[in-house]
Amino acid sequence: MSRVRVLVGTRKGAFILESDGKRQKWEIRGPYFAGWEIYHMKGSPADPDRIYASQSSGWFGQIIQRSDDGGKSWHQPGTPAGETKTAEGMPKGESNKFVYDTGTAPLTTHQFYDGTQHPWEFKRVWHVEPGLTDPDTVYAGVEDAALFCSTDGGKSWRELSGLRGHGTGPKWQPGAGGMCLHTILLDPSHSGRMYVAISAAGAFRTDDGGQSWKPINRGLHSNYIPDPNAEVGHCVHRIAMHGSRPNTLYMQKHWDVMRSDDAGDSWQEVSGNLPTDFGFVIDVNSNEPETIYVVPIKSDSEHYPPEGKLRVYRSRTGGNEWEPLTNGLPQSHCYVNVLRDAMAVDALDKCGVYFGTTGGQVYASADGGDTWSAIVRDLPAVLSVETQTLS
Amino acid sequence: MIRVVLPAHLRTLAQVRGEVSLEVEGPATVRSVLDALEARYPMLAGTVRDHQTQQRRPFVRFFACEEDWSHESPDAPLPEAVASGKEPLLVVGAIAGG
Repeated sequence: MSRVRVLVGTRKGAFILESDGKRQKWEIRGPYFAGWEIYHMKGSPADPDRIYASQSSGWFGQIIQRSDDGGKSWHQPGTPAGETKTAEGMPKGESNKFVYDTGTAPLTTHQFYDGTQHPWEFKRVWHVEPGLTDPDTVYAGVEDAALFCSTDGGKSWRELSGLRGHGTGPKWQPGAGGMCLHTILLDPSHSGRMYVAISAAGAFRTDDGGQSWKPINRGLHSNYIPDPNAEVGHCVHRIAMHGSRPNTLYMQKHWDVMRSDDAGDSWQEVSGNLPTDFGFVIDVNSNEPETIYVVPIKSDSEHYPPEGKLRVYRSRTGGNEWEPLTNGLPQSHCYVNVLRDAMAVDALDKCGVYFGTTGGQVYASADGGDTWSAIVRDLPAVLSVETQTLS
Repeated sequence: MIRVVLPAHLRTLAQVRGEVSLEVEGPATVRSVLDALEARYPMLAGTVRDHQTQQRRPFVRFFACEEDWSHESPDAPLPEAVASGKEPLLVVGAIAGG
C-alpha cells in the first residue's frame, strides 16, 4: 500500500509526518536540527530515501543536511561524524560552502531597499530541488539571489552564474524577506528547461540546463515599481507546474494570480473572484492539471487570512473561477500566514493537499481539498511543506 | 592543547560534548585556533567565520580570560593562559533574537 511522507521545515527544526495511503493516522517524528531554521526539505524523485535539507541560522550561517534513509539519520554531505578527510586525503566539510562564481559572472550590485546599489552577499539557501533522475544532482536557490548546483550529493556546490550574470541583476531588489531565489521548477519533458523565481525580480527560464537565462515576465503588472510592466522587478511569490503540461505555469505574485500557457513567455491574470489576490502559495492537483489551489491573504501589510477565516481556494478551471474550501479549517479568529514554500500535494488518487501555517499547524486534505484536518497543531512557525508518495 | 568552548548548536553539529581540545601549530591566535577547529571538525567550517571572507560572523564573539577578543586582530597572540590550556577560548553566540 502506498504511504505518504510530509517533510515540514520550521523556524526551530524539521519534522517528518508519515501515514499510510488513507492519510488518517499520522506518525510524527522530530524535531530534527532542533533550534535551527529549516527553510526547506525535499526528497529525490529518483530515490525516495534521499532527502536534502537546508538548515540555517542567523548566528552560524548555512548548513546542508542529507539523509540516505528516508529521514531517519542525517549528515552533512562529505562529512560523516569523526571523519575529516576523504579517502583521497581531501578535507571534508564543503557541503555548506556557497561561493558566487565571480570568474564567470562578475559580482555586480543589486538595488537595495533604499534604492541604492548593494553588493551581492550570500545569506542562506531558501529552496533545494533534487534532480528528476539522479539523486546526487540537486539545485539550491539562495539569498542573495542565485542558483547553485551540486552533482555529488550536496558535497560541493557551484553557481550557475549565467542567471545572476545575464544582465538584469542590477535591477533586482529584495522583497521584505530578502532577495531570494525561492522557486525552482524542472521540466520533465525538456531536459534542459528550468524555471526559477526571485523576489523581487520575477521569473526566469533556461532552455540549456542553466547556462543562459531570460526573464519571462511579460504580462505581469506591479504597481509598486516605477514601471509597472518592467522586464524585471516583480515580486513573484511562487510558481507551480503540472508535470503532464509543463508549458502551463501558475503563479502567485505579490498581488495577482497569473497563468501562462507558453512556458512563461506571456502571462494572463486569473485572479477572478478571489476575495484577495495577495498570497504566497500556489499548487496544482496531481491528478487534474487544471485544478489549482491558493490561500488568499488579506494584504501585503496584513499577512493573515481575510476576515480571520482560513480558506483554501480551489479552481477547477485553471483560474478565474474559484471556490472556497473551509470544511475543517478555522473560520473565525484565525490570523496565521501560509508562506510560499508551505503547500504541497501528494501523488495519490484522490490527491492529498497539505499546507503549514506560521501558527504551527499542518493541515491535510485526503480528498483534493473537500475536507481538512490538522495533522499537528503546535509546531514552530512552518516555513516549508513537501511530500513524498512512497510505494 | 588549546581548550575551546563552543555554543550549544555548534557542539551538536560537531557531535561533541563539553569543551574541545585542539593541537595548534605555531602561536595560539584566534586564526590558528579556528583553523585547527575547522580541520578537526570540518562541519564547523563557515559557522564561526564566513567561508569566503574569513570574517567573524556578526553574532559570534570570542572571549578569553574575561576579555572580549572579538575585535582584536585574528593574528594577535592569545593570552598565555589560553595558549597553555589553563583557560579556554570561548566562542559565544550572541543573546539575540528568538
